[in-house]
Amino acid sequence: MNTAGSNWFTRLTATLGMNSHLHTFPGGVHPEGRKDLSAEPPIRLLPLPERLFVPLQQHIGAPAKHLVQVGEAVKKGQLLAGSQGAISAPVHAPTSGRVIAIGDFPAPHPSGLPVAAVTIEADGADAWLDVDPPSDPFSLSPEEIAARVGAAGIVGLGGAAFPAAVKLNLSRKSEISTLIMNGGECEPYLTCDDRLMRERAREIVEGIRLIALATGARTLLVGIEDNKPEAIAAMSAAAQGGPVQVTPVPALYPMGSEKQMIQVLTGQEVPAGGRAADIGVLVHNVGTAYAVQQALCHGRPLVSRIVTVSGGAVIAPGNLEVPVGALAADLIRACGGLREDPARLVLGGPMMGMQMSGLEIPIVKGSSGVLALTAREVESTRPGPCIRCSTCVRACPMGLLPLEMAARIRAGDPAGAVDWGLKDCIACGSCSYVCPSHIPLVHWFNHAKGDLAARERQKLRNEATKRLAEERSARMERIAREREEAARQRAAKKAAAEAAKKAAAEAASSQQEVTA
Amino acid sequence: MIAHSPHAHARTSVGQVMATVMLALTPATLFGFWLYGWPAINLWVVSLTVAALAEAATLRLMGRPVGGALMDGSGLLTAWLLAVSLPPWAPWWLAAAGSVFAVVAAKQVFGGLGQNLFNPAMAARVMLLISFPLEMTRWIAPLPLTAAAAPGFLDGLAITFLGVVPADGVTSATLLGHVKTDLDRGFGLEQVLAGFYQPAAMAWGQRPGSLGETSFLLLLAGGAALIWRRIITWHIPLAMLAGAALPALLAHQLSPGQYPGATYHLLSGGLILGAFFIATDPVSSPNSAGGQLLFGFACGLLTWLIRTWGGYPEGVAFAVMLMNAATPVIDRYFRPRIYGRDRKGAPLAPEGRP
Repeated sequence: MNTAGSNWFTRLTATLGMNSHLHTFPGGVHPEGRKDLSAEPPIRLLPLPERLFVPLQQHIGAPAKHLVQVGEAVKKGQLLAGSQGAISAPVHAPTSGRVIAIGDFPAPHPSGLPVAAVTIEADGADAWLDVDPPSDPFSLSPEEIAARVGAAGIVGLGGAAFPAAVKLNLSRKSEISTLIMNGGECEPYLTCDDRLMRERAREIVEGIRLIALATGARTLLVGIEDNKPEAIAAMSAAAQGGPVQVTPVPALYPMGSEKQMIQVLTGQEVPAGGRAADIGVLVHNVGTAYAVQQALCHGRPLVSRIVTVSGGAVIAPGNLEVPVGALAADLIRACGGLREDPARLVLGGPMMGMQMSGLEIPIVKGSSGVLALTAREVESTRPGPCIRCSTCVRACPMGLLPLEMAARIRAGDPAGAVDWGLKDCIACGSCSYVCPSHIPLVHWFNHAKGDLAARERQKLRNEATKRLAEERSARMERIAREREEAARQRAAKKAAAEAAKKAAAEAASSQQEVTA
Repeated sequence: MIAHSPHAHARTSVGQVMATVMLALTPATLFGFWLYGWPAINLWVVSLTVAALAEAATLRLMGRPVGGALMDGSGLLTAWLLAVSLPPWAPWWLAAAGSVFAVVAAKQVFGGLGQNLFNPAMAARVMLLISFPLEMTRWIAPLPLTAAAAPGFLDGLAITFLGVVPADGVTSATLLGHVKTDLDRGFGLEQVLAGFYQPAAMAWGQRPGSLGETSFLLLLAGGAALIWRRIITWHIPLAMLAGAALPALLAHQLSPGQYPGATYHLLSGGLILGAFFIATDPVSSPNSAGGQLLFGFACGLLTWLIRTWGGYPEGVAFAVMLMNAATPVIDRYFRPRIYGRDRKGAPLAPEGRP
């Protein structure tokens, strides 16, 4: 039970003044790293696949709208689909070739449900669209930098894939003072950020300075877990003499979670229900900084990323630079193939990644890893009863009581679980990881959150229906009333007319009488 | 079947947790076996066997799978803790009745592992103490297995199963019992303790008592191992020891002739076993650090109160059960502060911002 193991160590070193600027977060776990599998070989370029399957939704928000037609020839970096809506990101061609299909393709999601994708047949030339990068990106206005980041289709590469430009614009409005670059990479197995920092530190540091320009942040921190000494050294060398401060942080999962990274580096907490911007902090992944540098300095939109291919079942694990739309199968093939039938295929890291139903799934901007894990590595056991050992309580980095939330959910009371902090859960999976009874706690929490969201939607729908019904009956009443009113008026008019006629007749007859 | 994240696990299991606790209990238990000989071993075997059989029978009656629940080892641990809290030369039926009560009435009836309100071993011990006060207080002076006068294997069987207590077996009071009786008879504390209380010998275990209260040092080592292996945290044990030691210290300062000091209380009875192995039972103790501190301290304080003014010489079992009952209330009021919220649960105000 390796929970919170380094807290005392961090506190001790903090007391000794060795890292007096660092803070801690409660809980956390030390999963087996397994980063040695893929950390040493340099990044290799994935041999260009014959076909690329580019999904139109690779980000949080509205899917992009395709702008190309089947049969059209495209250059690498050409716009395939434009962003639509306030929160969206465009998608560009990852290589040169011809569009051969626009239609449904299995999504990089456990459901494997089809999503809209543009299929490109590569021509092998991999020729870039002619671009005209700014001569000095550092002289651009913040608005211009954000606009270019948006146009380059850059999204958060740490996994959440939130459109980066939206975050930049929001930050400018909320007066960001601190920019935190997340090089935590606390997920086991994953080494893509590690390799990127080792090999392309200069570009990352430039990207950080550009993001700082776009947001007005004055304090620039790079948090890197201390299990990546080479990355720390490379980044420190690249940052030397500049405004960027490289800060080693203890290796403790989930250090790479935005909230925990902020807490460790600044000692501040993001208020519940709020955003990091509320406390003047913006967090981006180091990979995002690299993408920003590529977009601003070379005019290259985001069409590829570094992906870790690892797991006990992979023959030659390593990191590949992969064009968006390549299939997981292409990556595995480039890493020597599989030595045995994997017990589980995972997209992302083992702590928060999702299971893939197969390898015919495209890599998207947010895909950090493709893992083929053996049965020994996943070790799934049937859940037993909760013995209230509170190991989950000690592991939770958010200060929650997972066992109490689970008890409420098991009793069919997700609203009760909200009272115990369900909505503060960041789904890091630390509780499930340490549970000696193997209870899938985080699975229950995600399920309950979905359940609550569905209930809230249903409630809104019901209220809307009720309002419509009420409005309709009010309208019907009004119409009925108006009709009645009209009828009454008509009757009154008629009566008045008749009365007038009668009066006229009477008058006439009386006149006659008079004349007579 | 789509598996949910995380796709990795710490490779721990409930069975492993229980096995570690049993391992931590082993040195003290083996020492007890040596000290009290074959009858103690017999009693331990009876406790564990009967608990396993009773659990299997109950599960079968309830139509639940027998294998899994038996394999987790929780029933065996309960029986083990009960066995080390009994007088070592007690008759077999005392251990058997206690085991059945612990596993069936105190655990399975509540819904099995994780559902019991009270610590099963302590519930059983209290039941036995109330129902069979004579058998539960017939203590024996240590008679090591290697001593000439120690009962052999067959004598041991006769003692445990036939109730034939040989003349060599010297019945004796525990320190707590002796002090309580003599203080009640109006003797001064100094007089009562003279020749009866040698802290060094007590720490090692040369004194009458149950297997689980004799060797203070071996139990302490076991408890330390549990903290080191992260099976338990320091909160409950330390708070419980402090809860008994602090009032003892205070009372002793005020009236040395009437109240024994902190060392006396720490070394005697089941306090050390209770602090590290009983009160830390996860099922029946609070789940937050603050709650555990309160729970532990109250367990210690109640133990001291019962020992000092209660009707029984020892109070650990009663204290733990009383606090078990308070655990749901403690859990309700002691919750860790949630990230981004204040202690009351309201979102934090952004720092340094209007």
